[in-house]
Amino acid sequence: MFDVLIIGGGVIGAMIAREISFYKLNTIVIEKENDVGNVTSMANSAIVHSGYDPEPNTLKAKLNVLGNSMFDEIASDLDVTFKRIGSLTVALEEHQLQILQDLEKRSKINGVDVKLLDAKQTKELEPCLSDDVKGSLFATTAGIINPFTLTVHALENAINNGVKLSLGEEVINIIQNDNYFDVITNKKTYQTKIIINCAGLFGDKIHSLIEPIDYSINPRKGEYFVLAQLPYNFVNHTIFPLPSSKGKGVLVSPTTSNNFLVGPSSEWVNEKDDLSTDKPTLDNVKSQAKLMVKNIPFDQCIRTFAGLRATPSTHDFIIGFAKNNNHFINAIGIESPGLASSPAIAKYVVDEFLSKIIHLEINENTSKTIKKRLSPSKMDKISANELIKNNPSYGKIICNCEKVTLGEIEDELSRSVPLNSVKALKKRTRAGFGKCQGGFCQPLVLSILAKHFNKPLTDILYDKDFSNIVKEETKKEAK
Amino acid sequence: MRNCNLVIVGGGSAGMAAGCKAYELGERDILILEKNNYLGGILNQCIHNGFGIHEFKSELTGPEFMTRFSDKVKQYNIEYKLNSTVINISEDKIITYSNEQEGIVDIQAKAIIFTTGCYERNAGAIQIPGDRPSGILTAGQAQLYLNNYGYLVGKKVFILGSGDIGLIMARRMTLEGAKVIGVAEINPYSAGLNRNIQQCLLDLNIPLYLSHTVKQIIGKSHVEKIVLAKVDEKFNFIPGTEIEFECDTLLLSIGLIPYTALLSKTGMTFSKTKGANINQAMETDIPGIFSAGNALHVHDVVDYVVAEAKEAAVGAIKYLNGQLNNSNNKIDIIPSFGINYVIPQKLYIDEVDDIVTFKFRVNKPYKDINILFIFNGEIIKKIYKTAIIPSEMEMINISKSLFKNNNGQLVIKIEEKK
Repeated sequence: MFDVLIIGGGVIGAMIAREISFYKLNTIVIEKENDVGNVTSMANSAIVHSGYDPEPNTLKAKLNVLGNSMFDEIASDLDVTFKRIGSLTVALEEHQLQILQDLEKRSKINGVDVKLLDAKQTKELEPCLSDDVKGSLFATTAGIINPFTLTVHALENAINNGVKLSLGEEVINIIQNDNYFDVITNKKTYQTKIIINCAGLFGDKIHSLIEPIDYSINPRKGEYFVLAQLPYNFVNHTIFPLPSSKGKGVLVSPTTSNNFLVGPSSEWVNEKDDLSTDKPTLDNVKSQAKLMVKNIPFDQCIRTFAGLRATPSTHDFIIGFAKNNNHFINAIGIESPGLASSPAIAKYVVDEFLSKIIHLEINENTSKTIKKRLSPSKMDKISANELIKNNPSYGKIICNCEKVTLGEIEDELSRSVPLNSVKALKKRTRAGFGKCQGGFCQPLVLSILAKHFNKPLTDILYDKDFSNIVKEETKKEAK
Repeated sequence: MRNCNLVIVGGGSAGMAAGCKAYELGERDILILEKNNYLGGILNQCIHNGFGIHEFKSELTGPEFMTRFSDKVKQYNIEYKLNSTVINISEDKIITYSNEQEGIVDIQAKAIIFTTGCYERNAGAIQIPGDRPSGILTAGQAQLYLNNYGYLVGKKVFILGSGDIGLIMARRMTLEGAKVIGVAEINPYSAGLNRNIQQCLLDLNIPLYLSHTVKQIIGKSHVEKIVLAKVDEKFNFIPGTEIEFECDTLLLSIGLIPYTALLSKTGMTFSKTKGANINQAMETDIPGIFSAGNALHVHDVVDYVVAEAKEAAVGAIKYLNGQLNNSNNKIDIIPSFGINYVIPQKLYIDEVDDIVTFKFRVNKPYKDINILFIFNGEIIKKIYKTAIIPSEMEMINISKSLFKNNNGQLVIKIEEKK
């Protein structure tokens, strides 16, 4: 019998699992994908929003601002790259300056530190902006984060503190008994006292397994361009247009890996697994971005992708007890600013809900931190050489574009969050993230994984089941 | 810090040829740095024949061709380090490499020849619409998996792009029992050599769809289908021309790009090919840094790579001997109508012995044209061609004596006959 079963290993499930892991509770996270953080937590703008935009007095406003303030500590504890680069929301027409002033007022109410800049100040701060810029709202607390490692490292911390994790396991049904639930998955049945629903896009479906619901969670797609690392200066802040009913609009932003993101679009789609991109939408993203920023090097595009926002029909995060069962806690409908809110959501769920239904006793044998990852490309030469002397694998470069060494890959394979696919490795180490997109390193990575798991190359997955990269050995008989 | 007269970055065919040539010219302080655990680079996976027709007057396989050079490197006792990845090259010619035995090491080079080859354009670069499942690979990756690892990446294959590696893989995978359904090329003409179109497609009855490209990829985990559509002159899809193909693999053979990321911090400029801008001695903007082979511009055949690398070695030796001075008298080479790019981009004619070789490609096929070399407004050479195509690199020699001046502009363009 578990005390707590968390459905969903995205950033929300991961942060909540970590928060719970500091207490003496028997907890498990169930994730349907082959990796954690593999859906919405993976494909988003990777922004820790300041909180100027959400409607005041909503959960979004409250948890965004609080969450943002927690990121310096979280990122340091969890060894995740986080940079407070600030965001500029730009007005391109005179009449929009009034909207900026309204946003400034809203920021004050939300408790966000912002500055109104005129055209000249804006251009001084960000020379790449269009000459049409009339002014901007500068939010200094906005940041960028590595969303892949945030989820993985939070769960690593949780697992090291005793939380269990099962991947590739999908919840099919939930049966409510007197004092516990039976959670039936495609693999087995778990007994748990409490369920926390962090099922993202499928949060409504999971909730409806225990009671009728009067809302829905709808997939809203965002398509992006990823641009290569550039040898010259491009944008240094996250650049937003004015927000509209469709969201915060197409942004142009550096990433923590020195790439650049341009996107997202905002389209309702029917399927919760529709991650396809299409040309008219991407063309539109391109033209929106060009209005704000000059000379965007789209010829340096290394990838396009789409992500799905888990947009709730209620317009705010859905966090709290189920209507008829206070041992079922929802943390769903977490669209933007969900990443920025994630640490605050975790605290809110534990302090306001979990603590009301189960006794929380601090477990002294836990840690808030994980062992730091070491990367020669990010170290000074003397420390890097010391590292290589102790473990020569750190001298062997596997991914040329991103300078990822064999040592980093081996370290990642030894960590507590399972690493089952080429993509899982890519998300953790950045091997294959560069200009050649794995052209050179993917065969090496595949071999390293095959050797580690002692499996043939044909059994190694790119990502989901049946996503094998090589199909058939040709010279089996000859060998 | 170790000092070295000549460091060669990349031990493929270009790097080895440059090293051997420099040795033959008397240089003994040479170091070749190679990231793989063998010399020879990409030739190691090119097990088909057709290499060496110019260099060795015989048709060798890739591994045979590279062995001839690696044997020579060993015979000359040229120092090389395998499994050693160069991670930085500075403007003042300090090269930083990393390997398991020595860690991260700096070397001060007097001259550098940069021969890192090229990489393949991939799906991200051309933004193919649709799903992003596995089963979309570059042709070179599929070639490596098949020829060096012994695995087929798929059994029912569609190939996008008619580059030579794609064509060669169409034949190779067919011979290994895969079904190659077709090859699509966005241009109205093929990007590959004519001999490969004949031997790899026509002889095997594999259809080539010109003016077609992939409109959509379908498949959640793995490629299940692709939708092909015809495009107009501006590469816009023509509605109603869609054809759906069931397949498990989409191979991409959509171009090769010089792999020059390591040079980006030196401050040198780059040409349209994404390789460095160079002068007649294969020297980049940074005195003493030379480049050749596919790291400079992508070649049709390895024989030309080798020839070019030898020129770079000649240039590097001249530099080491203080014979390259790059005076102020410079001729800029300007590709104009019909010319995609020209190598070199600048010319110090005073330092040319007697002839200059210009290498260039046209931007599309032309028939019945003149190629004009216009120096400071005056036509100094006119060459007639019945036909000219982008997939074949042109090489034209011009005598030094035709340049009456040592500065100005040389414009190269196509003149279409009315």
